[in-house]
Amino acid sequence: MSDVRQTVAEPQTGGAAPAAAVQATDGAREERRLGWMLCAPAVIVMLLVTAYPIIYAIYLSLKRYDLRFPQDSKFIGLQNYATVLKSSYWWHALLVTMLIMVISVAIEFVLGMGLALVMHRTLFGRGSVRTAILVPYGIVTIAAGFGWQYAWTPGQGYLQHLTGGTPLVHTFQAIALIILAEIWKTTPFMALLLMAGLALVPDDLLNAARVDGASAWQRFTTIMLPLMKPAILVALLFRSLDAFRIFDNIYALTNGSHNTGSVSILGYDNLFTALNLGIGSAISVLIFICVAIIAFIFIRLFGTATPGSDLGGRA
Amino acid sequence: MAATGAQKSGWGIANLAVIAWALFPVWWLVSLSFKVPANIATDGGSFWPTQWTLENYRGIFKLGEFVHALVNSIGIAVISTVIAVALATMAAYAIARLRFPGKGLLIGMALLIAMFPQISLVSPLFSIERGLHLFNTWPGLIIPYMTFSLPLGIYVLSAFFREIPWDLEKAAKMDGATPAQAFRQVIAPLAMPGIFTTAILIFIFCWNDFLFSISLTSTTASRTVPAELGFFTGLSSFQTPTGAIAAAAVVITVPIIIFVLFFQRRIVAGLTSGAVKG
Amino acid sequence: MAEIVLDGVTKRYPDGALAVQAVDLTIADGEFIILVGPSGCGKSTTLNMIAGLEDITDGELRIGGDVVNNKAPKDRDIAMVFQSYALYPHMTVRENMGFPLKLAKVDKATIRQKVEEAAEVLELTAHLDRKPSNLSGGQRQRVAMGRAIVRSPKAFLMDEPLSNLDAKLRVQMRTQVSRLQRRLGTTTVYVTHDQTEAMTLGDRVVVMRGGIVQQVGTPKELYDTPRNLFVAGFIGSPSMNFLPATVENDALICALGSIPLDDNHRRALQARSGEGPVIVGLRPEHFEDAALIDSSHPGVTFDGTVEVLESMGSDVFAYFTLEGERATTAELEELARDSGSVDAAAVDQLVTRLDPNTGAREGESLSVWFDPANVQIFDPQNGDNLTAASAQVSTGQHAADTTGRTED
Repeated sequence: MSDVRQTVAEPQTGGAAPAAAVQATDGAREERRLGWMLCAPAVIVMLLVTAYPIIYAIYLSLKRYDLRFPQDSKFIGLQNYATVLKSSYWWHALLVTMLIMVISVAIEFVLGMGLALVMHRTLFGRGSVRTAILVPYGIVTIAAGFGWQYAWTPGQGYLQHLTGGTPLVHTFQAIALIILAEIWKTTPFMALLLMAGLALVPDDLLNAARVDGASAWQRFTTIMLPLMKPAILVALLFRSLDAFRIFDNIYALTNGSHNTGSVSILGYDNLFTALNLGIGSAISVLIFICVAIIAFIFIRLFGTATPGSDLGGRA
Repeated sequence: MAATGAQKSGWGIANLAVIAWALFPVWWLVSLSFKVPANIATDGGSFWPTQWTLENYRGIFKLGEFVHALVNSIGIAVISTVIAVALATMAAYAIARLRFPGKGLLIGMALLIAMFPQISLVSPLFSIERGLHLFNTWPGLIIPYMTFSLPLGIYVLSAFFREIPWDLEKAAKMDGATPAQAFRQVIAPLAMPGIFTTAILIFIFCWNDFLFSISLTSTTASRTVPAELGFFTGLSSFQTPTGAIAAAAVVITVPIIIFVLFFQRRIVAGLTSGAVKG
Repeated sequence: MAEIVLDGVTKRYPDGALAVQAVDLTIADGEFIILVGPSGCGKSTTLNMIAGLEDITDGELRIGGDVVNNKAPKDRDIAMVFQSYALYPHMTVRENMGFPLKLAKVDKATIRQKVEEAAEVLELTAHLDRKPSNLSGGQRQRVAMGRAIVRSPKAFLMDEPLSNLDAKLRVQMRTQVSRLQRRLGTTTVYVTHDQTEAMTLGDRVVVMRGGIVQQVGTPKELYDTPRNLFVAGFIGSPSMNFLPATVENDALICALGSIPLDDNHRRALQARSGEGPVIVGLRPEHFEDAALIDSSHPGVTFDGTVEVLESMGSDVFAYFTLEGERATTAELEELARDSGSVDAAAVDQLVTRLDPNTGAREGESLSVWFDPANVQIFDPQNGDNLTAASAQVSTGQHAADTTGRTED
């Protein structure tokens, strides 16, 4: 009975036993042990497969380690980072990645909001819309990517006439098409998250605003948006970080050629084309740091309402 | 409020536009896969094959690599899903149900991993797996898949678990059930829909992966279909295997689409459950 | 069937919060006892400790003579009815009611027979093969009762079992619960925050506040001789009126005028430790329209302007605003907060319950009579009822050192 604990007047203040001396009861101890036991496998797996490798990546990034010349491996400090940070490839890839992230998330947010409103408000055909938009979500990204590539290919594609020529070899056009493919694939996810947020806005409140004389736009901006803020934050945060690690679509559309590679493509190329584990690891660590910074900015901007912060649970 | 006729048709048009937008690119792939390979490059991108053929499908299924990759995809995704769901169920139950210190830390960690850039793990995992002889094996892919689907699983499942009225567990105890009986006869039947939904979401995630598969495999011993698709292009220099890739894409997409259509409601509930409460 | 004994039972949470403090209570075999109090008073925690759903931090719990502190709920042989009913949604009514028997490995024929008997009693026979989601609130409530009675446990524990029903159904089910308990003769512990339920159902009522038992007694004892301000204000509807008063010249001076002391009052005032002001308590039903009282009746009258008049048909409630300060103590504030029983705004109002033949009109002056013998005097320092103490009416089982500690 948690309510009991919140409201009970604390009768202990009169110099009785301090709280610290209170021992957990057997049941509580057992509950704690069970909790740890149940979480242990997941925690161990997550630590082993993410924490350990990222530490190992930091270690690798401090070494000269080229798979073609494994004998030459040696500890070289921050030299790999210097190489990467001095290279225009890194900064270009970062720029491309940021560009893709910002533009696609912004457009997805607007489209997703529209879609969410359509799905939320319309009574007729709601099910079929919801089903249809799940198709892009479910489809294998790389397969969809090839579909887009063929669509733009001269001679065979249904979209070839829109651009006239070979858009995928021009940097900006290609990036625009990558963003388009990304938007097509992930707007549904955004829309679903926003729709869930819309469901949190009570109809009564909207009706009250209508009675008070608020226009549709005013109702949207003054009531819906503020109430949806948690859902919006979650959607934007997840999608931004997801867009930052974009890989599949670029691989299928341009394979990073013509200056369209993202940081993930760059890291992959250094690892598997150049076979340079040291430089590749340095890039990996830098990407990790970028993601951490983006997440930090989001959480700062939007306050403490991070996704799952309610998961603190019932206690 | 009653919608007027104009409003209704307005919504109708919006709906149709959305559906077309979602389905057009998929239909494009399907139509490509049924076109005669020789015609593909010249038919100007029509949405309806002038001449229908199953040649592309026959071609890929004759190809040993594709069949292998399909088997790998199914096997690896199923095993990863089963393990991830089992671990996530345990952790999510504890998070939703039990009081123990360190819970916040666990949630934070799951969140961190959900946002983790996978490419950051590719280089160390590549190196580690080669050392442990896990490179280019099923476990070599199952391990990262399972790890990266755990946060999703924990979020979705703990949201589901929190919906279960826990008075029922108390009632079962009062009715004379042991904890095991209470779980098996009361909690498990109620949790099944949530577990099932989570399994679908995790399966889609594993099935979709491309980056790990092209990085941590080198042969058909463990390469999954998405990665195999990536290598299709490079293989043939004289003729772009557009038709074959389209057919392969359709083969791996169709099961997911059917899945999605069939369990539409549950997937929506699952995708949104963890997020809304934040 | 069994006697339940709580011996210094205490619940302290790991963070140090004390939810239930040293409860001593002996519940006789077959007794219907009510735990009542505002939310957060520890009544549900106490019930859960009896059930075995929460650990007992300190003290001893005996059911039928056996210490059961460390026994799992399933080994205590008691049944519980939950506020949410906690019906298993994936089972039919029949399966729900038979579940405890199935767990106890009773053979199928016996289960069938017992479930059908219980269904008969609870008028559920027609619904046995339906799922809970297809039942009305009242039916669900009866299924929950049915699940408790099929196994003939040593005791029933009920946690606000009627609070999810609408007002009319609640009254109906109240009589049904009462009848059922009398018929089965099973020891029953019933938790509620509704003082009407407590007064009408229980053989005895335990009033709790802040984890501490305030008073244990029959409904009549609680009504006539509440031990302190809290019990006085909690029991009775509308609540007792409390007014600050001073003692001067053998009379109590308060907003109603001067009330002459009788012997009982004098004893009470002598017995108290300090001097200074007191709080007088008068129940609304102890007032009457002076015009309807035979002038030979001794009593005090006062004049006031009727602010609001509410006619209930059988009675009329007349509200007056009093001049001067209102009585405030920790107990009264908590009662005011507990919106279920006292409206915070009404504290400086006087509520009177008059005969329907009264000539009172809203906005007009009315002369109101009351008998000073009905005045109860409370010590504002610790909330104790001085009149009850001096009358030496022993009500509770255990005189927990109560109110003084919670105020500091």
